[in-house]
Amino acid sequence: MRTVNSFVGQPIERLEDLRLVRGRGQYVDDLARKNMLYAVILRSSTGHGRIRSIDIAAAKGLLGVRAVITAADLGERTPVVPMRLQPLPDFEPFAQPVMARDKVRYVGEALAMVIADTAGIAEDAIGLIDADIEPLPAVSTWQFAAKNEALLFEDTGSNTSMVFRAVLGDAAAAFKDAPYTRRECFSTQRHTALPMEPRGVLAEWNDAQGKLTVWGAAKVLFANRRILAKAMGLTEAAIDMVENDVGGGFGARGEFYPEDFLIPFAARYVGRPVKWTEDRREHLMTINHARESAVDVEIACRRDGTILGLRGHAFVDMGAYMRTNGAVGARNIAQFMSGAYRIPNIDIDVTLLQTNKTPVGTYRGPGRFETDFYRERLFDMVARDLGIDQIEFRRRNLVREADMPYKVATITPFESKDELDSGDYSVTLDRCLAEFGWAEKAKLKGKLVDGRYHGLAVSCFIEGGAAGPKESARLVLETDGSLSVYMGSSGVGQGLETAFAQIAADAMEMPMDRINQVLHGSTAYVSDGYGAYHSRSIVMGGSAVLDAAKKLRDIMRAEAARRLNCGAGEVVLADERASAPGGKSVSWAELAPEPISIEGAFHNHKHTWAYGAHAAHVTVDPKTGQVALLDYVAVENCGRMINPLTLKGQLVGAVVQGLGGAFLEHLVYDDSGQLLTGSLADYLVPTASDFPKIRGFVMESHPSPINPLGAKGAGEGGIISVGGVISNAIADALSSLGAEPRDLPLSPPRVWQLVQDARK
Amino acid sequence: MPVRFEVNGKPVEVEVEPRLTLADCLRHHLRLTGTHVGCEHGVCGACTVLVDGAAVRSCLFLAVQAEGAKVVTVEGLSLEEGLTPLQASFRRHHALQCGFCTPGMITTAHALLSEEPDCDADRVREVLSGNICRCTGYISIVEAVLDARAAYKRDGKGA
Repeated sequence: MRTVNSFVGQPIERLEDLRLVRGRGQYVDDLARKNMLYAVILRSSTGHGRIRSIDIAAAKGLLGVRAVITAADLGERTPVVPMRLQPLPDFEPFAQPVMARDKVRYVGEALAMVIADTAGIAEDAIGLIDADIEPLPAVSTWQFAAKNEALLFEDTGSNTSMVFRAVLGDAAAAFKDAPYTRRECFSTQRHTALPMEPRGVLAEWNDAQGKLTVWGAAKVLFANRRILAKAMGLTEAAIDMVENDVGGGFGARGEFYPEDFLIPFAARYVGRPVKWTEDRREHLMTINHARESAVDVEIACRRDGTILGLRGHAFVDMGAYMRTNGAVGARNIAQFMSGAYRIPNIDIDVTLLQTNKTPVGTYRGPGRFETDFYRERLFDMVARDLGIDQIEFRRRNLVREADMPYKVATITPFESKDELDSGDYSVTLDRCLAEFGWAEKAKLKGKLVDGRYHGLAVSCFIEGGAAGPKESARLVLETDGSLSVYMGSSGVGQGLETAFAQIAADAMEMPMDRINQVLHGSTAYVSDGYGAYHSRSIVMGGSAVLDAAKKLRDIMRAEAARRLNCGAGEVVLADERASAPGGKSVSWAELAPEPISIEGAFHNHKHTWAYGAHAAHVTVDPKTGQVALLDYVAVENCGRMINPLTLKGQLVGAVVQGLGGAFLEHLVYDDSGQLLTGSLADYLVPTASDFPKIRGFVMESHPSPINPLGAKGAGEGGIISVGGVISNAIADALSSLGAEPRDLPLSPPRVWQLVQDARK
Repeated sequence: MPVRFEVNGKPVEVEVEPRLTLADCLRHHLRLTGTHVGCEHGVCGACTVLVDGAAVRSCLFLAVQAEGAKVVTVEGLSLEEGLTPLQASFRRHHALQCGFCTPGMITTAHALLSEEPDCDADRVREVLSGNICRCTGYISIVEAVLDARAAYKRDGKGA
């Protein structure tokens, strides 16, 4: 019997779990090398200051200390972290040096590094370093940054690193004669991805071979290798980047950070393996932050609710430097403020402002979480003004199936164009409302029951995926007829091994248990890889597997034809045998006296757009500001599902992360640029008792036309709608008071204040 | 200074600095790396191990405090081959993604189910609220723990 396409689409239990659930995972800090030393980094406790001196004498003298490294040891010019995405020349002056040399610009910036026999000795030595820093006025808010009264980079003359503009149609004309307009200001707070595994790097320099090995790489290994090779003066071939088990990424982990240079540098400097693992306080002040932005936007509509245009200004707090992907969130706020909706005329600019805070980067649904909060909040205000039901208002303005492919606003100055690929957005909205039981729950809207107001909200979202330009996969038919799969994609805990095994087994028409392993996360596995971001792994990597499988099967047919004396086109590959028309056959193992290895690739410059809807039912206690989440439903359609079990897991997990952003998570700074939330006792994330009822539903239809799997990148869709739908549900609950949330997070004191203000 | 205790049924003797945490002792001296360190201040629960049957944050517990104790880690709650009912339930319910918090979830859930094999969902949520998971949203973890109760009711050990 032929096994055709039987694994893709099945909720198959994960292969990864067999090691992870037994504590047999290998995360970077679990590794140890012979003669290994430990690095600890001294971090600035000043937000903005000029470095007068760094006295390392006492630290150097401590027994067990092997080296103390400051910027002076890194060469004439301190290497900087270059931008991986949107590397525009305007950003160059704002690049981060891997270690502070003249100035410090945020609390947590690296000042010096100690290499010692144990982490304990290195930490003791850090305490002996005397850094004399002259404090400068701190730029602690983007509003103050905009005044340019204190500058982070004196040479640039401005704290504004960039202004993006998103344009579609003619917004000025649309607003000129619009029968209805409304202008509002909203903001979202600084928070971060917070993967549970702290970051770590282990590097080993082999002087005889001139070879560097770096463990602990993640997400974008090949891109990071390019950066590291240049900074270290090595060829890319001289560096192996190795990914281990990765304890969560969510966009933040795996980008090139200063430590990704400092630890390899130290390993070469001392000639011994060096390991560095951050602690949680260090993590909170050094990993990319995200989400801190504000908008002043105006919408124009017809009286029937048809949206005519959207215009306004957005402001994003970038922190001290422009890191690898720092501009993505800001770009997305402007480009995707229209979300899943037909808004024909758009003119939105977004100003990127540098402040004395930790630099920002992408965090799951970058810019989308923020911009969906702004838009969906605005929509509910408008619907109420116009006397239109909140569902009907959305339904009337959703991008229709007939509109596909649908062009969104173009971004300048780098001409980023994009279009929505396929789908019927009303289907996921209907499914969401049905699963949620909207009709029944709607009776409670705005009602006060036992001292608590009930509120409902629903919103629609789109999720971009499948960033190009390419991904690679290598398949190896082993001598026993089994298959090994090597990927250029990276695992960050999302279950890639299982999904790729499903895709490969189907493509090869073989049992899944004959796949030895799916190997990913080493620059040695494939010639070229692009990694895990922008929900791209399944679409890009999966399509590359299809290409490699096709090539491998062609080779196997040709080899079988030679042995069986028939035409290659006549060979049937099934049941792990290659058969000729006459009935003669050879096993796959016999076809491979030596392993047969073949690389495949998928090239793509378009994006996939998964989509869906979220609905929430909350109650608000007006006396305490406490919000209880009674029910939450999220629906996502990703064209074609590979593994519904892991897809739903991503959806539900992302919703709860988003609830953290909506209610709890906030990186707070004081006026001097001091981070006040440097521990998990201060930086609150959801726990098991916070949100017990979250329901996720995954669907497939309208396969993406831009890749052979028909799949769309998913995994971020669960977070995108949360801020919008929660704030709208709270507004709905408090509608009798007229309270309108405009700022996240909606912590109990904030909600209590909203109630107080509304009652005045 | 020397410290003697039992890990996963085997006696060990380790020479440690008094300031060394049990977590670091297990991970780096005894090379039992299944116990993970997520915060080093007792909030995240990833480092949870059993000390004389009780769930303990090994990052807040000095190695020297373990003198004479019976310590059990995730490795000690695992079989040589295959999965325990609790682990199989985690896999079946997709109660882990990156797997970093999972050893702490397993040890915490094992301690709970060993004492209270009849616990309800609220009790599971209450006990697990000291263990942070950033991937799953906890829904599937609670389901997995509830589903594993039967194994603990049978023999009290979850085997």
